[in-house]
This record gives sequence, C-alpha cells and structure tokens, in this order.
Amino acid sequence: MADLTTDFLGIKSPNPFWLASAPPTDKEYNVRRAFEAGWGGVVWKTLGAEGPPVVNVNGPRYGAIYGADRRLLGLNNIELITDRPLEVNLEEMTRVKADYPDRALIASIMVPCEEQAWKDILPRVAETGADGIELNFGCPHGMSERGMGAAVGQVPEYIEMVTRWCKQYYDKPVIVKLTPNITDVRKPAAAAMRGGADAVSLINTINSITSVNLDTMSPEPSIDGKGSHGGYCGPAVKPIAMSMVSEIARNPETHGLPISGIGGVTTWRDAAEFMALGCGNVQVCTAVMTYGFKIVQEMISGLSQWMDEKGHQSTADFIGMAVPNVTDWQYLNLNYVAKAKIDQDACISCGRCFAACEDTSHQAIAMSEDRTFTVIDEECVACNLCVDVCPVEDCISMVPMKPGEVDPRTGKVVEKEYANWTTHPNNPGAVAAE
Amino acid sequence: MANVMTSGIAAGRLPADEIAENFDDLHPPLTPHEAVVASDRCYFCHDAPCVTACPTDIDIPLFIRQISTGTPEAAARTIFDSNILGGMCARVCPTEDLCEGVCVREVAEGKPVEIGRLQRHATDTLMAQQGHPFARAAETGKKIAVVGAGPAGLSCAHRLAMMGHAVTLLEAKGKAGGLNEFGIAAYKATDDIAAREVEWLMGIGGIELHTGQILGDNLKLDELANMFDAVFLGVGLGGVNALGVAGDDLGGVHDAVRFIAHLRQTDDMQDLPIGRNVVVIGGGMTAVDAAVQSKLLGAQNVTIAYRRGREQMGASRYEQDLATSKGVQIMFNVQPKAVHGAETVEEIELEYTADDGSGLKGTGETVRVAADQVFRAIGQTLTQDGGLALDGRKIKVTETGRTSNDKVWAGGDCTPGDDLTVVAVAEGRDAAMDIHATLMGVK
Repeated sequence: MADLTTDFLGIKSPNPFWLASAPPTDKEYNVRRAFEAGWGGVVWKTLGAEGPPVVNVNGPRYGAIYGADRRLLGLNNIELITDRPLEVNLEEMTRVKADYPDRALIASIMVPCEEQAWKDILPRVAETGADGIELNFGCPHGMSERGMGAAVGQVPEYIEMVTRWCKQYYDKPVIVKLTPNITDVRKPAAAAMRGGADAVSLINTINSITSVNLDTMSPEPSIDGKGSHGGYCGPAVKPIAMSMVSEIARNPETHGLPISGIGGVTTWRDAAEFMALGCGNVQVCTAVMTYGFKIVQEMISGLSQWMDEKGHQSTADFIGMAVPNVTDWQYLNLNYVAKAKIDQDACISCGRCFAACEDTSHQAIAMSEDRTFTVIDEECVACNLCVDVCPVEDCISMVPMKPGEVDPRTGKVVEKEYANWTTHPNNPGAVAAE
Repeated sequence: MANVMTSGIAAGRLPADEIAENFDDLHPPLTPHEAVVASDRCYFCHDAPCVTACPTDIDIPLFIRQISTGTPEAAARTIFDSNILGGMCARVCPTEDLCEGVCVREVAEGKPVEIGRLQRHATDTLMAQQGHPFARAAETGKKIAVVGAGPAGLSCAHRLAMMGHAVTLLEAKGKAGGLNEFGIAAYKATDDIAAREVEWLMGIGGIELHTGQILGDNLKLDELANMFDAVFLGVGLGGVNALGVAGDDLGGVHDAVRFIAHLRQTDDMQDLPIGRNVVVIGGGMTAVDAAVQSKLLGAQNVTIAYRRGREQMGASRYEQDLATSKGVQIMFNVQPKAVHGAETVEEIELEYTADDGSGLKGTGETVRVAADQVFRAIGQTLTQDGGLALDGRKIKVTETGRTSNDKVWAGGDCTPGDDLTVVAVAEGRDAAMDIHATLMGVK
C-alpha cells in the first residue's frame, strides 16, 4: 500500500488530509475525535487577541445550496473566529499536541494589523508546541469590517508586513491563508512570499448570499429579518479554488512556494487533483460538516488505491504533476480536432444532448423517429456540452481525429503539427513561426 | 362468525380491521419529502418518451420539474390542462405499460421515475384546495348533450363547459363516475375519490347532471340530436359475454363487473358474501380486480383461469404479480369446459389449450377446480349504439370522435381502441375540441 505520509514545510503527518480552521476544529473534544478518526492534521479554529472574546450571532450562521436529492453543494457561513477565551484554546492545544505528537497541529491567528498585537500572541502560541501558524487573511465577513481577515488579505502590502512580523517573532513555519475575494490571486501570494511566508493556503471563503427568502425578503441565513454576506465554501467552490492554486503554482514569481489546498475537497479524488496542481496537502471543512469525520477513511483508502494503481510510492511523486499542463488559452493547440461520439449501447435516449446542442449550440446532433441520437460530424465543434449534460457517464466521448484525416466541418486536413493562436493568420498580432 | 375456511358463500370471513387494511390505498400518497426526492430523478428529457406514451399527452417533465421547484399546484394545472381526470388516472393508469414503461430511467436502471405517484401528489395537492382551477369562457349559447357520465363523458363535458357551452350530462346510473365509480378495484380508488373528483370537476359550472337517463329506454339519440346543437356519446359496455358452456346459469356464477360494482357501492365490506373457492375466468384488468378483491374479502382459494399464455394476458405483468402476491393463483392455457353443480356451482371443469398456429384449440385434457363462485370476466359488449355506423362491434368514429351522424360524436369504451380511463379522457377531450370548432366555426 502506498505511503501517504506527508512532509509539508518539515511538518510530518500520516496523511495529507488536514482539517481546515473552522467550526470542526474549535475545541479539544472535536480535534481529539478527528485525530481518532484518522485525520492527519488540524488547523485550529482561528485565535483572536487576549481579552473578551468575539461574540457570534444567536441565529442561523449557515446557508446552503443544494443539488438533486438535497445533496449539499455549497455552504455559506457568517460565523466569526473562536468565541472562546484565548487561554482556554491555548491550554487545549497544548494537551492535544502532547497526546498526538505524530499529527500536525497548526494555530490559525487573526489579530489586529499592529505589530504589538502579533508580538504578544506569537510567543504564547509557540508555547503550545503547535507545529506552525496560519495567518487568517481570508475571512470575508464580520472580522473584515474590523480591519482584519480579508481586509488584510486584499492589500498585498499588509500581507507582506504582517508576514514579516510573524517571521520575526516566531520560529516555526508560517502559512498565509489567502482570500479569493480579489482580482488576481498572484499578487497576495507574491506579497506573502516577499514577507517570508513558508507557504500559502487557499482559498478562504467567497463573499456570498445563498438565497433570499421570498416571503420575508431577507437574505438567508436571516437574523431577525436581515442578512449579511457570508463566506461560501463546499463542492461548488472547488473549480475556483483549483484555478487560483494553479495560478500561484505556475507563476514564475511564486512557483515552488508550498501550497496547502483548500476549497470543496470532499473525496480522495478532489484531494489528488489539488495535489496534482501543486498542493503539498489539502484542508477539508465543508465535507466533514456535512458527513462527519469518518469520511477520512474513504479519502485514505481511495488515495492509496489510486497511488498503487499509478505506481506512486509517496505523495511527493505526484504533487505538481499537472502544473506544466496548465497554460494560457493562446498556447492551446488549434490543430487538435475532436468529434463527439455517442455510444448507442449506453445511450438511454433521454435526448438531453439533442436539446442542449439543438437549442444552445451547433445543431450537431440528429434525432431519428425512434429516438436514436447521432452526431453530425459536419457540424460538431467538439464543444463537450453534450458530454456535460448526458446523465450516463462515458456514454458520449470526444474522439480526437488523426492527423491526415479531413475534418468534415471545415474540409481541412487535420495537421500533425502543433499550432496556436500566437501564430494563427487570423490573429492581428500574430508572430511568424520561427 | 364465518372465517376463510367456512364452506360455500359467506360474508364476514375476515375481521373488520383486516378488511380495512386489505382495502387501503394500493400505493399510498407520497409525502412532500418523498415527492421532492422522486421528482429529482426526472431527467427532463427532450420530446420525452413518457409524454408520447401518455394517451392524454400530459407534459410530464414539466409537471415534475414544477413539483421539484416547490409548486405542486402549478404541476397540477399542467396535468389538468391535458387531462381533467388526472387525479383518477394517477391511481388507475397502467403506468407500467404507459409513461413509466418507457421512462429512460426504466431503460437505464430498471427503476422509472414514479410518474403516477408524482401525478397524484400534484393533483391531490390542488384538489384539496378551495375552488376550481379553471374559469369558464363567456356563454356561447350552444347546448350540448353528453350521454354517459364516465371518464369520456366527464372529460368532454368539462372541456365544453370551460369553453362556454351549456352541457346537459345524462347518466343511466344513480350517480356519475362510470367505471371510476363502479368498475375499478376499491384499493385503487380509496377515500371516495371517484365521487369527489366528479364533484370537483363539476365546479367549472355550466354542467347539469341528470341521472337515470338510459339510452334506448327513456333517451332516444335522434330526439337528442334534434334538441341539442351537438351530442356526445360516452356510454359504457352494458353486456357481459357468456361463458357459453353448460352450467353457465347455475347459482354462484356471476359477472365480474357486477361483483366489482356491488363491492364499490357497499358501505361495509364485511357484509359482502364471498365464496371459499373462487374462480375468475378471463385475463384482463377486470379479472385481476375481481380475483384480488375476492382474496382481500377472505376467500381461501382464488384462481384466475386464462385461456392463453402469460404474454397474451391483457392484465400487465405488474397486475399479474400484484394478484399472485395477494395469494391468487393464475392458470394459463385453460378454458371453461363446463360448470358443475346441483343448483349452485360446486366445481368448474377447465380444458387445457394450445395454439399450433391455426388458432387456439382445446387439447382434450381437462382439470376440475373446486368453486363456490365463478366470475365471468371475458369481455363486455356494446348494447346501445344509437343506430350509428359500426366498426366491428363498436361505434365507428374519426380521430376526433365524429360518427356517421354529423351532430353526434362518440368516445370511450363504446368506440374502438383500448378500454382505459386515460384513453376515454383523451377521446372525450378531443371530441369536445372538435365540437367546439364545429359549432363556433373555428379551426
């Protein structure tokens, strides 16, 4: 069986599955149970400065988006950082770390953007024996109104400044957690790197309103008839998170900066995808808030089985393997030609491919009297919409044409050579191929 | 007190609570949660096969999507637009042969979307609310007679009334509903749904019901044609085919349709006498309904004797399995040879059959089955055709129900085609549209 042991910034954990800083990691009781269930590491629920703790709303904190059969696809929250006293959290962290030395324990921190505030808290966190810290520059609700969380994460200069303080007053790894509520995630990542960050973790949650109550006209979750934007997470945000991760991984300025991947990781496959895009490990929250800690068993068994099938000895073998394949649109091979092909034995004749193609795409699927659906190669541009809407997996596939064949849509011979937009004759800015 | 072992024909074979349980809803209604889960399974197919398979062309994917988005009332309107008896059809349609039989998830997984139960969920929801969902158009001044208040007649009457015509609905029996009221198994039409549906349907206004009006007796078709602007004939099949063997007239030999009608109109099922040994001759839905209900009343041994094989049986495989699950035995390839008994039936003699390609023939080999009661369910015949041209043994009609008399339309069991509630509803509706177009000079 494959070895899932992960070394992230020198922090060892028995597997790459960590719990993200969030409600599941708010206290000793939960974290002990998470470790017993098999989680490799935990980022403790974000600590605030000494003094009276923050208070939370006393009504609903979460809103949800559902798929078929009320499967939770997206979750939004307006919960703040830990509302328990700092001292209590630190004591609990110390006890848990002592009892689980083989697991990663990271302290998430959010204190005001003042040097003294960080100088005060960092030594106390160090005393717990935690393996590192994560700077919460991501929470988009509540704390951001007080100049913390995403309010810091949206200003690269602040990120750099605070990261530098942390490296100055703390001698273990510093991870900077990034907010996705920005226009270009490469900028805050680079700022963190300049400040000396050992790693970045992303994404934190996305500004969101999950629904509007059409009786009361209040956004949900509703507190006494009013709602505030929350932070969106869960399976729905995974594509956004992976894109941001890949941007950092392939940006020359930040390439090689360790990344902890966060955003909708629900199964072993999601984790493997994030890691292939350059993440040294992943952090999970919504999936455990939906199904409980036990899902880590499936993540461990699934990742092991896949690694065995692919011949990967350790997670390091495949981390970042997909990064070289992430490119700009302009470099995609325009000489690659594919056609949709429908497996008639697998087809159940629902006609969704036909409706989608006929109404909204290229009119490239024919429907016969007896409900046989066939692709019209003369019209098919291989857009993949039919594949995406087909309810039967692998019923429709995109089959590449071979070089030398004639594309019946364009009448042109499929070229063997790679050619992209930068050299295309239709491109006014094209440069001659060298 | 009788029990299942009591000889002969006896009432009260089962305790009241067991009877009540036996005749409870065959398919209980979906809870709102179940309905949402079930509606999530619909793929919203293009040009959906289920719609094509529905004789009334209900837009099934649309109404299921309306349920899934929390508007079962809108779903019900979609259903009623095509089929005003959508509530009853949701209960009695052989969905396994129609919409659900061609559902792509039946093809994919062997588990269709539960269209029938979803339809019931939507229609029950709207029918439980006050008022009637459709409004009548302005009065046209046209008067139309509808003969027969079964599914075809009710469907036709509602559509005509909705378009502003004044409808006189003439029914032979003491109350409206037709086979929904008198001919369907009780466990498919619980809680007096047939009568409630008629009352709800009449809520459109403009329909005047007269009972005890019998065609060929106190009603004459030519007189109706003179008195009204148009006539729709939606009469049922009044005759029952005889067994045509010795002993057919013995006591204890009955028509299955009369047994079912009697059962449906009985207040207390415990008062209904049923044989210890019951044999039903036939292979259609009526045979299954009679056999299963005999068993549910407490008959010890119930046998359906059908002259051909399983595949030829009119009752669907689903109905066959329902019968056997209730303890009914189905004998295939046997036909009645004689009914034996002194004054009342004691046993029935059946002859095995075979078809060597030249038609079904008896093999000469016989078997005797004990019987205190024999129910004939080998088909019904039209007894009142009003002197109209016939197509075989039924009234000849065009696609929109026109007969050989240009003031008379017809539909339902008295015309060719499958004798199903849903088919009758479609024919009544389509005839109404054609009557409207004809009288108003519109296309």
